[in-house]
Amino acid sequence: MMALREAFSAFRRAPLLSALGVVTIAFSLFAFGLFGLVAINIRDALQSIENRVEIRAFIADGTPVEASSAAMGDIHAFPEVLSVTYVSQDDALIRARKELGEFSDVFEPGVLPASLDIKLKPGYRDPTTVLAVANRVKSYDFVDDVRYGEDWVAKLYRLRTIATLVGTGLGLAFAAVAVIIIGATIRIMVMARAREISIMRLVGATNGFIRLPFVLEGFIQGVMGGLLALGLTWATSSAISHSFMRTAFFDPTLATLGVIGGALIGLLGSTFAVGRQLRRL
Amino acid sequence: MSLVRFLNVAKEYPRGGVALSHASFQLHKGEFAFLTGPSGSGKSTILKLIYMEERPTAGDVLVSGVSARDASRREVSMVRRHLGIVFQDFRLLEDRTAEQNVAFALEVTGIPTDMIRPRVARVLTQVGLASKGTAYPRELSGGEQQRVAIARSLVNDPYVLIADEPTGNLDDRATRGVFQLLRDINTAGTAVIMATHDLDLIRRTEYRSIELNHGRLVYDSAETPPPPKEPSAVAPSHHDENPI
Ligand SMILES: Nc1ncnc2c1ncn2[C@@H]1O[C@H](COP(=O)(O)OP(=O)(O)O)[C@@H](O)[C@H]1O
Ligand SMILES: [Mg+2]
Repeated sequence: MMALREAFSAFRRAPLLSALGVVTIAFSLFAFGLFGLVAINIRDALQSIENRVEIRAFIADGTPVEASSAAMGDIHAFPEVLSVTYVSQDDALIRARKELGEFSDVFEPGVLPASLDIKLKPGYRDPTTVLAVANRVKSYDFVDDVRYGEDWVAKLYRLRTIATLVGTGLGLAFAAVAVIIIGATIRIMVMARAREISIMRLVGATNGFIRLPFVLEGFIQGVMGGLLALGLTWATSSAISHSFMRTAFFDPTLATLGVIGGALIGLLGSTFAVGRQLRRL
Repeated sequence: MSLVRFLNVAKEYPRGGVALSHASFQLHKGEFAFLTGPSGSGKSTILKLIYMEERPTAGDVLVSGVSARDASRREVSMVRRHLGIVFQDFRLLEDRTAEQNVAFALEVTGIPTDMIRPRVARVLTQVGLASKGTAYPRELSGGEQQRVAIARSLVNDPYVLIADEPTGNLDDRATRGVFQLLRDINTAGTAVIMATHDLDLIRRTEYRSIELNHGRLVYDSAETPPPPKEPSAVAPSHHDENPI
């Protein structure tokens, strides 16, 4: 009760300093949040691409229908394979015309080859598996060529890995900076209240009691920083959504985790600093 | 029953040499004792050992049975809740009223809030400041500020009041008032140990006096029959701050 009042009174007594603590936490989490946003948006993009991942095996002209339909059975039995569809030359032409719209006349019947379109089961749509299946399909004599969007799937995967690494690395670095700044804030607060603390000790306050307001203060700063960061990230995300491209935002669980993260940074910084500073008094 | 017991205590500060050596004495329930001696003779050191701000380098200090040698931090806090401590410089919080300064000592011990007000009012009345509860320290005279500090030291019902030169910053009139207050508190049953330079105060009463010089107890009126007041009470060490 008194500790809570004391914790808040710090904001009244040293508003600039406390604000600095809050803003630092907010900035560190904001940085975390931005990279997090990149990561989840790439993840979403990958997911929608992965849903469309398809291996298309082009069939050589003049292949007997029996051969290709026997192969279809084999391929369907692969553990990774969800479905196999036979696309005849005519079907291919119709599909191409639909996709190309006004340029549809460039295709003449018989120009496009027939193909087997293979969809993979969820969980088997990563580049390595796709490549393995594609190679197995390629070994059929009547298969001319296999396409599976190899390059950009791999590139997106790499991008996601980089975004995750950079996000985690920078986030941790910023969190460390926040811990240091909160530590400095607490140190100045402890100094400013050295007299009060010495009197508290004199009249028999326990160490835990003396620490509590500082620790609480760090916690409150952390929560406020977390909320501020959430607001900043949300503003950024919706600005991008409006002017640039639709972006996904954190779900409530992740957002809550972010604020909890802020609270933890605040707690960590203050607990650490208060222990050291009180020993020094 | 002895509230405070010094058993052959020595205190050496890490930087500063020996501040106290071979000190043995006891403070009994309800007693009033002066601690005298020139500045630097170890008066504050003895008081700090009692409230366990410092620990003895050798020997032991027992305060209501708790040994300073092995008291945990928590035990030290608990011991202090039964001590009242008053200083020359009052040590009040400037941004709090008299009432709030007194209440502070109760709040930090986790006493229920509704018990705080009546107790604060009681001790403020006891020190004669019932009407000044809402005044800030800067609005009070030195004597009044020291009374607030005394009220704060009393609010936890201490069994010993420790006063380190409580009148050192006060003029004659305020000194007499504060001293009378300490006597009244003692009469009501609280033991008092008071460090002072003021030989005048000591002479006016029959209280026990313990004299220090260079960290040694050189005289204790409880052990030696009271000396003839005129010549020998003016021990060689009394020449400095307080010419009589
Ligand atoms: N914290 C300290 N560190 C080093 N030396 C100290 C410390 N406190 C007191 N002293 C030394 O111990 C001696 C006794 O000091 P003190 O007990 O304060 O004397 P008094 O209160 O009688 O003036 C002095 O020589 C003083 O310099
Ligand atoms: Mg002193």
